[in-house]
Parts: sequence; C-alpha cells; structure tokens
Amino acid sequence: MRIAREFLRRPTAVFGLIVVLLVVIGALAAPLISPYAPDEQLFDGLTLEGAPIGPDAVFLLGTDTLGRDLLTRLLFGARTSLIIGVVANGTAVTIGLGVGMLAGYLRGPAGNALMRFTDLMMAFPALLLAIVLAALFHPSLWIVAMVIAMVNWVQVARIVYTETRGLVERDFILAQRSLGAGHGRIVFKHILPHLMPTAIVWGTLGIATTVLLEATLSFLGVGVQPPEPSWGNIIFESQSFFTAAPWLVIFPGIAILLTALSFNLVGDALRDILDPTQRGRM
Amino acid sequence: MTHWLHRTAIAGLMALTPLVALADETPVKGATIVVTYKDDIATLDPAIGYDWQNWSMIKSLFSRLMEYTPGTADLVPSLAESFEITPDGQTYTFKLRKGVKFSNGREVVASDVKYSIERAVNPKTQGPGAGFFGAISGFDDLSGGKAQSLSGIETPDDYTVVFKLSRPDATFLHVLAINFSSIVPKEVVEAEGQDFGKKPVGSGAFVLKDWVIGQRLVFEKNPNFYVADTPKIDGFTVEVGQEPLVALLRLQQGEVDIAGDGIPPAKFLEIKNGPDAADIIVDGEQLQTGYVAINTRVKPLDDVKVRQALNMAVNKERITRIVNGRATPANQPLPPLMPGYDKDFKGYAYDIEKAKALLAEAGYPDGFTTALYASSTDPNPRIAQALQQDFAAIGVKAEIKALANANVIAAGGTEGEAPMIWSGGMAWIADFPDPSNFYGPILGCAGAVQGGWNWSWYCNKDLDARAIAADSMSDPAKKDERAKLWGTVFTDLMADAPWIPVFNERRVVAKSKRMGGPGNIYIDPTRVINYDAIYVKQ
Amino acid sequence: MIELILRRLGGALMILFGVAAITFVLLYALPADPAVQLAGRSATAQTVANIRHELGLDQPLLLQFVHYLGNLVQGDFGRSYTQKTEVMTLILARLPATLILMVTGILVEVAIGLTLGTIAALNRGGFVDRLVMTVSFVGVSAPQFVVALLLLYVFAATLQWFPMSGFGTFSHVVLPALTLGVLGAGWYARMVRSAMIDVLTQDYIRTARAKGVAERTVILRHAVPNALLPIVAMIGIDIGQFMGGVVVVEAVYGWPGIGQLAWQAIQQVDIPIIMGVTLISSLAIVTGNLIADLVAPLIDPRIRAR
Repeated sequence: MRIAREFLRRPTAVFGLIVVLLVVIGALAAPLISPYAPDEQLFDGLTLEGAPIGPDAVFLLGTDTLGRDLLTRLLFGARTSLIIGVVANGTAVTIGLGVGMLAGYLRGPAGNALMRFTDLMMAFPALLLAIVLAALFHPSLWIVAMVIAMVNWVQVARIVYTETRGLVERDFILAQRSLGAGHGRIVFKHILPHLMPTAIVWGTLGIATTVLLEATLSFLGVGVQPPEPSWGNIIFESQSFFTAAPWLVIFPGIAILLTALSFNLVGDALRDILDPTQRGRM
Repeated sequence: MTHWLHRTAIAGLMALTPLVALADETPVKGATIVVTYKDDIATLDPAIGYDWQNWSMIKSLFSRLMEYTPGTADLVPSLAESFEITPDGQTYTFKLRKGVKFSNGREVVASDVKYSIERAVNPKTQGPGAGFFGAISGFDDLSGGKAQSLSGIETPDDYTVVFKLSRPDATFLHVLAINFSSIVPKEVVEAEGQDFGKKPVGSGAFVLKDWVIGQRLVFEKNPNFYVADTPKIDGFTVEVGQEPLVALLRLQQGEVDIAGDGIPPAKFLEIKNGPDAADIIVDGEQLQTGYVAINTRVKPLDDVKVRQALNMAVNKERITRIVNGRATPANQPLPPLMPGYDKDFKGYAYDIEKAKALLAEAGYPDGFTTALYASSTDPNPRIAQALQQDFAAIGVKAEIKALANANVIAAGGTEGEAPMIWSGGMAWIADFPDPSNFYGPILGCAGAVQGGWNWSWYCNKDLDARAIAADSMSDPAKKDERAKLWGTVFTDLMADAPWIPVFNERRVVAKSKRMGGPGNIYIDPTRVINYDAIYVKQ
Repeated sequence: MIELILRRLGGALMILFGVAAITFVLLYALPADPAVQLAGRSATAQTVANIRHELGLDQPLLLQFVHYLGNLVQGDFGRSYTQKTEVMTLILARLPATLILMVTGILVEVAIGLTLGTIAALNRGGFVDRLVMTVSFVGVSAPQFVVALLLLYVFAATLQWFPMSGFGTFSHVVLPALTLGVLGAGWYARMVRSAMIDVLTQDYIRTARAKGVAERTVILRHAVPNALLPIVAMIGIDIGQFMGGVVVVEAVYGWPGIGQLAWQAIQQVDIPIIMGVTLISSLAIVTGNLIADLVAPLIDPRIRAR
C-alpha cells in the first residue's frame, strides 16, 4: 500500500505507468481495434507509382512501402516489442539473479569462476556480439529475445552478486547457518526475498534497454523477421523513404521513445521506493 | 581445308575511335568528378576484385587483350592489335600493341599476359575467377596445384601470345575481356604481395593516386593511355561510406557528380516527377534477372506441377510497382538484352485459378508450408513479403528468412536446405554478355553441388549436353545460330520451372547536371559506369 | 596499488583470451562459408576448394585457433579475406575517426551531464530537479537511429548548417557527436546529481555554509570535484562502448570509423576483421573498466578500505 501511495505521488511515474498500460492494451487488443490485418498489402495502400500514402482519413497514420496500414503495424509491433521486452529481459534478470546469487553465496573458487565468466561477458562489445549471434542463429522473434538476454544478463549478475555478498555476512543469515539451515532454504527463503526489489527494478528498467536494442537490431536488418511487424523493422524497411514519407520513421520512432521512456520512469520510481538506501540518489 | 582467318583491323580501329559525343556537347578539358558509394572498396586487384563497385574501377585501371566498345556489348581488340583463330577454334594467336606502358614506365610485353592469366588461375592468388580459364590447356594442372604455369599459353616473342585450348570455347574472347584477364606487372605484384590490391599498377585509362582507407580513392588520368582522346576527364574521386540517400542530397547540391549506389526509391519518384529528371536520371536496362530459385530436391517442390503453380501465382506487375516501376516483368531466365532472349516466349501467365488447380492435381489442394530465403538488404525483404502474399493466395505459406547474403548463399549451396530463394541483392549481373554465363553456374549440373550457386539444384543432363554443344560453336560466323540454340535451352528449361523469373531490374544512376554523354556509358552493360568514356559538358 | 594493477592486468589478459576463443568459435560456427562467399557466383568447386585451402579453412578448428593465437602474440591480426590487406592496417586507418568521435561525443556528454546534474542537485526535490531528471530519461530512451536520421534531415539536408556526411573538418563531427552526446548525457546527469547530493548533505559542507562560505565556492571547491570521480568512471565505461558500438551513428553519417568496418565485415563473413575489431573493442572495454575500478576506491572510502 505504501508503495502504491508513494508511486502515485510522482507525476512522472504515473505518466509512465499510463503509457505502459496503453501500450499493453493496444498490443492485447490489436486484432480488435486495428482496421486491417497486419500483413495485408492493400491494393490502394500504394500509389500507382508504388509510393506509400500519407496519413489521411482511410489510413490514419498512413501506409508503409508495401501498402500496409501503419497504425495496424504499430499496434501489432507493440506486441513484438512487449513480448521481446518481457521475455528477453525476464530471461536476462533470471539468469543474472541466478548467477549473481550463486556466485555471491558460494564464494570460493566456484563463485570466483562464475564472476570471471561475467567479467568475460562484460568485455564483449555488446552490439557486435548481438549481431553475430543473430546471424549465427537465423533470427526469429524468440531468437532475438534470447540474443538480447545473452547480452543483458551480465549487468544484473554483477549487481546481484554485490548485494548477495553483503547479505551473506549479515547476522540473520549467519544465525540461520548456525541453526543448521540447508543451503537451499537459506538461498530461497532468506536471500532471494531480499533481492526481489533489485529484480523488480531491473525487470522494469531493463525492458527499456531491451526495447531499444530490439529496435536497433531490427533497424540493422538482423532482428525480427518480416512480415512480423516490429517498430525497428518498420523503420528499417522505410528508411530509404525517409525524406518522402517521414511518417514511416517518426511514428514508430515516437512509439519506441515513449515506451522506453515510460518503462524507465516506472522503474526509476520503483527503485526510489523499494530501495531506501538509494532514495533520492540515482 | 581452308584456314578461317579473323583479321580485326576494322574492329581495332573502332576501339581507337573515341565515343562520339552528343552533337551539342563539348567535353570540358581538365575536369575532375566525385563519385560516391556506401560500401568501402574492397580491393583493386584484378584477380580478386569481384563486386560491382570495384568492377568498373578495375576496368579503368588495367588493360586487357579484348575490350568492349563503350556502352555496348561489342567485343574489340584492345591491348591486342589483332588476333587469329584456327578453324577448330582451339588456338588463338594475339599480336600485342607496341609501346604500351604500365604506369611504372615499363613496357607491356607478352610474358606479362602469360603471367597475369596464370596468376588469376594460381590457387595461391585466391582468385574467384580461376574457373573462367578452364578451357586453356594445362588449367587442371595449375588449378590442382600440380604445375606452376599454364602449358596452353605460349609467348614466341615479346609481342605475340598464343593460347591453346583443350576444347573449343565460344566465350573465350569474352573471357579475355573480363577483369580477371587484366594485365599486371610481375615485379610490382611480387614486391607488394597481397597489398597489390591497395597499390595497383596497370596500363589502363586511369592511375590510382591516393587511397585513404574508409574515406576516398583518388584516380588520375593516365597521360600515356594508348586509346586516343581517352579518358575525357582528368580524374575522379570515389568517396565511400556514403548512404545513398545522403549521396543523392549532396548530388542535388552539386557536391557529388555520380551517386554510385543509384537512387533510393523515395527520391526516385520525387526526382522523376521533378523538373530536372532528364538531366539527373539515367535509366537503362542491364543484364540482370531477379528470380526465385525453387529447390527441385525439396518436397513438395520436387513436383513440377507445384513449381509451375508457384510460377503462376506471382503477380509480377505488382512487384515491379514495389520497386517503383524500375523493373520489367520477366518470363524467362535471360534478360532481354542478352543474345538468345526469346521475345515471343510467353512463360507462365499470372493465373491463380490455374495455379490452384495444378496444386490440387499435385495432391496439395490446401497448399503447404515452406520457406523463402532472401537477402536482408532493402528492398529484398519487401519483395519477399510481396511474394509471400502471392503464394498465400494459392494456399502456400512461405516463412520468410531474411538473412545476410553470406548466410543465404550458404543455405542455397547446401543440399535440401533452402526451399526457395529470392535472388535479389546476391545474384550479380552477368560477368560477360553471353548467355552461357547465365546457365553453367546457376542452372547447370556443375552448379548443383555443395557450395554451388545453382540454388534450384536443377540438373538436366540433356540441357547440359546442348549447352556444351552451343559453347563449342566458337566460329563467330555462327553467332546467331549459337544464340538461338542457347535461347531454346532457357525456354525449354522453363517447362521444368526451376525458377520463377520475376523481373529484369533496370539500373538507375543519378548524375549531376554537368555530366555529359549518352546514358549507356553510365549503365554500360559490361562495366556499369564507364569511367573511360564519361565527361563533363560545357 | 601496484599489486592491484598487476593482478588486474593479468585478469585482463585472461579475459581477452576468453573473448578471442569464444568469438573464434562463434564465427567459424556461422552458417556461412567464407570460401563460397569469396569465390562468387561463377566459381567452380575447384576454385572454392582452393580458396578454402589457401585460407587454411580446411584445417581443424583448434589448429586454426592455435595458429591465430600464435600470430596474435606477435601482433599479427592476419589479413582480411575480402581485401587481402592486413587487419591492423585497416583498423589503424579507421582509428583516428573513431577516436575523434569518441572524444567529442564524451565531451558533449560530460558538458551536458555536468550542467544538468548540478542544476538538478541544487534544486533537489523541486520542479527543476524533476524536469531535468525526466529529460535525462528522454535522452537515454530515444532510439539512436531515429534521432540521427532526424538531425541529419533537419540540420544538414534542410537547414544546411552542417555537411551531411563525411569526415575531415570540425563541422563534420558536430552532428554525430551531438547524437551520441545528447543521448548519452542522461546517465552522466543522473550520476553527477547523486554524487553532488551526497556531498551537499555531508556535515562539513553544512559547517562551511554555516560559517558563511559563499555558495559558489562550496559548489566549485567541494561539490564539483566530488562529482568528477564518477564521471571518470563513466568515461572509462564509455570508451569501451564507443570503440566498437557506434555502428548505427557511423552508418547514418557516413563516419569512417571502426563500427562501419565491423558491420561491413559481418556482412561479408570477413572473419579476420571481425576478430580484430572484437579484440580491439574488448581491449578498450577492459581498459575502460580498469580505469573505472581504479578510480572507484578514490570515490568511496568504504571501497578503499577493502
């Protein structure tokens, strides 16, 4: 309750939450509210010379270079962005949580080895790694999500590791140990709950990063496969039309910006509220 | 037995005649121009360079025994003064022009020709074009690493080169005109080693003056070039790393003279409908066919009825609209400019009902699921989506796999991997203007191997035999008969429908208003941009 | 301190070895054959086999890797498959452009970040603070490629204030540096703000203020220096990011940096170039992190104590 109250006191956070909810609703209701099918190449969606049509009464946000309704593509693109955002970032947080917690709890050679591995992953140029991985596996929605997870879990692991090390030395954990509690019990009953705020914060902030990375990969042509719409590949497909049909870049661009911004605002507020030590700092 | 003798004095003169300028234009002396490309230039080593950007630059840096009249596909002797062919078509004797110098000052002699072609074949060079010289005696030994030279090339004196072929090859003169036959100076190649591609020395119309990697290449006129009044500009600078859209905006502002990557679709319409269209756009046919390769070894595409149905399902008119009308619908593998093109051939007309009926006959009344591979560079994913929608209309669900070119090429060359491939962005225009170039590697049995480019995995022994017969007709007098024979090979294979010929893409080049000359030197069938012939007008 | 540095250097070497090994395996597992790619459309099977052999691609992977490492130790990154030029030459040729963009981009980030962060800290909790913090999030949430395209269209194509593309003069670097800098400045602003709030709430600052020391002196003498350390740490991380990761900005502005080299190499499966760029970028990341780690003890006494 306290969390909700504090959250609602922040206008930017409320704004972020509203946008996130709108995007979620738009994505879920896409088949109901969108005027066309997402991959329907409408005959009158292109001029006779093959140019896309600007925003008008029939196509509210115009059409793309194949004569498809842009509004419809944006709504269905929201699904792609959200699925990848949630799945990729969820996977990244889960892996990061697991590795970081294990390394922090085990310490010793095993813990060290795990952290050296995360150091190794940190040393990869992230975008290059993502591009190479995407080429290695023929890209699809799920592959793109996994590629992003592979790149993004490292940061979470490092933060969780630091926190876990702090926790392990705290009195209540030491007490549990001396009482003879098993490792599993200590980890799941006592350490994990304390890491939940971090997981929730990163589960939100990370979606912003993920949405941007997905858009970038799709923009470079190594992301989600057509005809599956994604905000990034809508821009990729129409960037050569940029000067003649700027709506094809601007509308998806705004969608990406607003979504990433909203997740950032919500995540930032959650961090402030859930982590008192950080309050007012970052 | 009469020796058929081919004296080429007339043709030789033609090569020396500068291209006639348009009547009301006078080339400006001393002009230099700016050309842009998106991708960096990989190499200017003629034995290695094999992409369409460096192709035309290598043409202008080096000279070859044979050449084409600018803007046409007509072969003429170039570094050679004249040549003779024996009636069996297996011995070619070339007389070299005297006094031609490399840009390092040394004269070009017969041993340079022998060295250059052996270098192109030698495995150590890692050259992609080795296979073109397969007809020269001793090829297998050098290519297989069993010899260090080609026994089929002899140099009786400094100005005579004799080629002995192991089989007649009607395309041999074309082969001597492709970049891989460019003449290079041995001493420079050996001194530079693998860096020769960045520091090329040749005897062509231009000399490479400066190369700032990732930024620009500066070419300067070769004052000693042996063709009179060529080139017509004092030099050109190639700027790389330029987005086509940016290049075009710069061109409109007068900073750029030729946008090498052509015109992005949006700008094309804008400029085409604008006031300067005639001055800026050069739009011409090239030796290119965009096609869908249907894998004849993947179920259910192994059924000819299914392949025919797919052919009938494609609305080619609509697809040409997606590329803004910069292509003409195709119905056979050969492009219209290629000798052998059959203009009376009708191919498979767009007919969804008939396509459905054929699918039902083949046992797939409800269609099936398959995959369509395509290059991930624009506009190819868009064309793939248009094809996908057409296939869906007859119940065929094709999943699109838009990948980097290298991945598509690898999938195409692996048996049973890629059911269908849209060729756009990968299959380059013809190496030389001869129909045989459209058959062997991409439709013949030789290409249907691991790592090959016959992505249909189509192998018709009967057609292969006819192809060999046609290529043995090396007597230039039988040119038309040979072209006709080739034409039937391509129209007959369409009965098996290993391809869906979709369109012949025209090439659209943007040039600044001050650039002069006819359009076909900007869309030269063998060079793309013919730097030797273009000029700035008054 | 020296022992720490040596230990970290040893660790860095191990990491680079790991990066090399993993990248090597990944690249050679790619479903694409460099030899087929190089041989082109008209090549015969013999030509493909010859090219594969000459490149050493027909040897066992482990042997290829040992060979690569052997050369690497001698500073030899090998030669590009497509260009035949030494990879080191190609990277060095593009290094100046990459460094210029890195330095100018970071300068913009620091300038904007320091200004906004200070303003926010001084107005902590107020409207201006909230506004600045929200704006900083807008920056880090904006897709680079869209912003780059928009800036290009507005300031270069339409207003013609800056050249559209290329490299060489100061005006060429403005738009790419602004794109990188403005979008990245958000992180700096937040970091600066939190570091300064940290200081401003310390007892000695309150004492100083109570004693009547001018506010300007308090900020310049105490608050700003304290904010500089985390900035150095962030610069360390940015150096790593900018070495290999500005593919998009370079592509839009035609900037001849390492990112374009890498992107083109990936398209052409030019493995030696991809390896070279990855290793150089990793080296930069490791170095940058090392700087960040060495600076960290200076910031927080608790870390120093460990």
